[in-house]
Amino acid sequence: MKHTISVLLQNKPGVLSRVTGLFSGRGFNIESLAVNQTIDPDVSCLTLVTVGADAIIEQITKQLHKLIDVIKVTDMAETDYVEREMVLIRVKAEAATRAEVLRVIDIFRGKVVDVSPKSYAVEVTGTEDKIQAVIDILKPIGIQEIVRTGTIAMTRAKKTV
Amino acid sequence: MKITGAEAVMKCLKEQDVKVIFGFPGGAVIDLYDEILKNNDLTHVLVRHEQAAVHAADAYARVIGDVGVALVTSGPGATNTVTGIASAYCDSIPLVVFTGQVPTALIGNDAFQEVDIVGITRPCTKHNYLVKDPKDLIPTIREAFHIARTGRPGPVLIDLPKDVVAAKVTYSEPKPVKMRTYKPTYEPHPGQIEKACKSILTASKPVFYIGGGVIASNAHDEVTELARKLSAPVTMTLMGLGGFPGTDPLSMGMLGMHGTYYSNMAVANCDVLIAIGARFDDRVTGRIDAFAPNAEIIHIDIDPTSISKNVRVDIPIVADCKHAVSAMNSWLDRNKDFKKSEVAKKHAPWLEQIGEWKKKHPLGYVEEKDVIKPQFVVQKLHELTHGEAIITTEVGQNQMWAAQFYHFNKPRSFMTSGGLGVMGYGFPAAIGAQMAAPGKTVIDIAGDGSIQMNIQELATARQYKCPVKIAILNNNYLGMVRQWQELFYDKRYSATTLDTAPDFVKLAEAYGAVGLRASKPSEVEPVIKEALKTDNTVIMDFVISREEGVYPMVPAGKATTEMLLV
Repeated sequence: MKHTISVLLQNKPGVLSRVTGLFSGRGFNIESLAVNQTIDPDVSCLTLVTVGADAIIEQITKQLHKLIDVIKVTDMAETDYVEREMVLIRVKAEAATRAEVLRVIDIFRGKVVDVSPKSYAVEVTGTEDKIQAVIDILKPIGIQEIVRTGTIAMTRAKKTV
Repeated sequence: MKITGAEAVMKCLKEQDVKVIFGFPGGAVIDLYDEILKNNDLTHVLVRHEQAAVHAADAYARVIGDVGVALVTSGPGATNTVTGIASAYCDSIPLVVFTGQVPTALIGNDAFQEVDIVGITRPCTKHNYLVKDPKDLIPTIREAFHIARTGRPGPVLIDLPKDVVAAKVTYSEPKPVKMRTYKPTYEPHPGQIEKACKSILTASKPVFYIGGGVIASNAHDEVTELARKLSAPVTMTLMGLGGFPGTDPLSMGMLGMHGTYYSNMAVANCDVLIAIGARFDDRVTGRIDAFAPNAEIIHIDIDPTSISKNVRVDIPIVADCKHAVSAMNSWLDRNKDFKKSEVAKKHAPWLEQIGEWKKKHPLGYVEEKDVIKPQFVVQKLHELTHGEAIITTEVGQNQMWAAQFYHFNKPRSFMTSGGLGVMGYGFPAAIGAQMAAPGKTVIDIAGDGSIQMNIQELATARQYKCPVKIAILNNNYLGMVRQWQELFYDKRYSATTLDTAPDFVKLAEAYGAVGLRASKPSEVEPVIKEALKTDNTVIMDFVISREEGVYPMVPAGKATTEMLLV
């Protein structure tokens, strides 16, 4: 099963390589990974998506927690959470297809961030499924390039006071 | 107070109560070596190869029960330590390894003797550091020692650029190390302790399976008390030998691939298995689905990743072994329903069954009149040292015979590269152990193949007057691989014959040590006696039966009950 795991870690050189080295060294797989500093500049938040049976996921979270620089590990599957990914897509946009591209982007609440006589670069954010859907829809029109950020995730706040 | 980085390193070593370091100098650490000369209360042991420095520090740590320290230069000095570090990591041995590094301005420039040792050792250290700023030097060293010796112990590496060591730093008195992230769990959860105790009290066929964690946490006495209280048999991993008295009637010796018949049968048939400080290594479990198939499994370990990694665990207890076993002892003492005599009565048939297995297939070998059997040599070593020696081993058949036939009653008396299985470990380890326990008899039980991996340390042993004894079980083979080739590869002895070997007696003499040889069984005892009374480094070359095998043996991938017996 696919799991989104959020890891808080010390913002120090080499820490990311400890995390990725743990995955490669133990034969675990990383599907996507996004990382940047949090509101505390000494702390980074890393979101990674991985796939595995329950026992593997348990090992992954324990092994991550064992790293000296790791502050907190949260397997999002155990809580309610929101997740987002952003994609930049350069899609062919010539006279015949421009309107079509704009319509699709509008449906997905994306926006055009770069224009040339032959293409648009568009930005779309959403869940991984939504990103995949917009890529699938635009593909027949002619995608020239895509860049995806990978998933970032945050647990939902308690709704009661 | 402003002092140089090198002075700061020495001050920190003193703070940590370091008395001996093992190392080899070089350009990048020359300032540190200069500082060593000024410190009379620190002994530096000059090894002949950096790998040996780490193995020696490893065994030193095991004997004293605290952190071992090695110091080497950058580049090749650093890379030569990797095997030793990886071995210490597998066996959870607390070490701090200092490596020299090129000046910070040259890092990343492919400078002379530059290597990214922090990158190289990331997967085989508990943690590691590159100190880029002199102001981080002292806190880093203090933190490194803290990490190495607490929680599940392990090796920590500190890479020291030459300019950081030369820089001026501000010294301040040490305070307890506080870390934002690293907080090992020492105390067991009381609910889990209760669950475990209740489960054990329902058992009619319990087995204790103890590992190196018992020795690391000094839980020997607590475990012995618990097992005796419950009249429950105890089996040990290779790393756990000495964690429970080997000559106790409840001891079943080692389990696993070369474990005793009765240990493996007991584990396969038990109804409750209490694993303490052991990690269900594949050499122990054999085929996983046939390992303790009908047992409820209780697992005590300080490292949560060890729990349910290889086998399912019913009652996990994340804690220091000593704390957890103490808690179990006092729970039982408090419990009114627990009557020692009743439990003993309940377990009597189980112990009887184990006794029958012991009688049916005891550890043994076929004696021969004119040929020395390696097991006989180990038995004689045990007898003539009254089981009081510190034994180190190399890796292979020699290691298994030592584990099977030298019965360890005390913790910290058996040092072997358990997890990584490093040929070449035993001899430098013997030197390290001897430096830690100068008055003790220290014997490296070796093979003729393994001993040649770090034979150059004869010079170190001589220089520091380490009267270690090396017992070479010499069969002119890489014996363990040969055994596999014999059993599973149709006797195709590819690259396992060591016909060109040095004359070990002459080799010892070349280094100013003593060389002795035994070629007949009758010569074994006189040679050992002679070695034990010699106040010098001794090689005993035992010319043993060439094709002797280690038995019992569980073929790789089989269930531990499917043993090949003598």
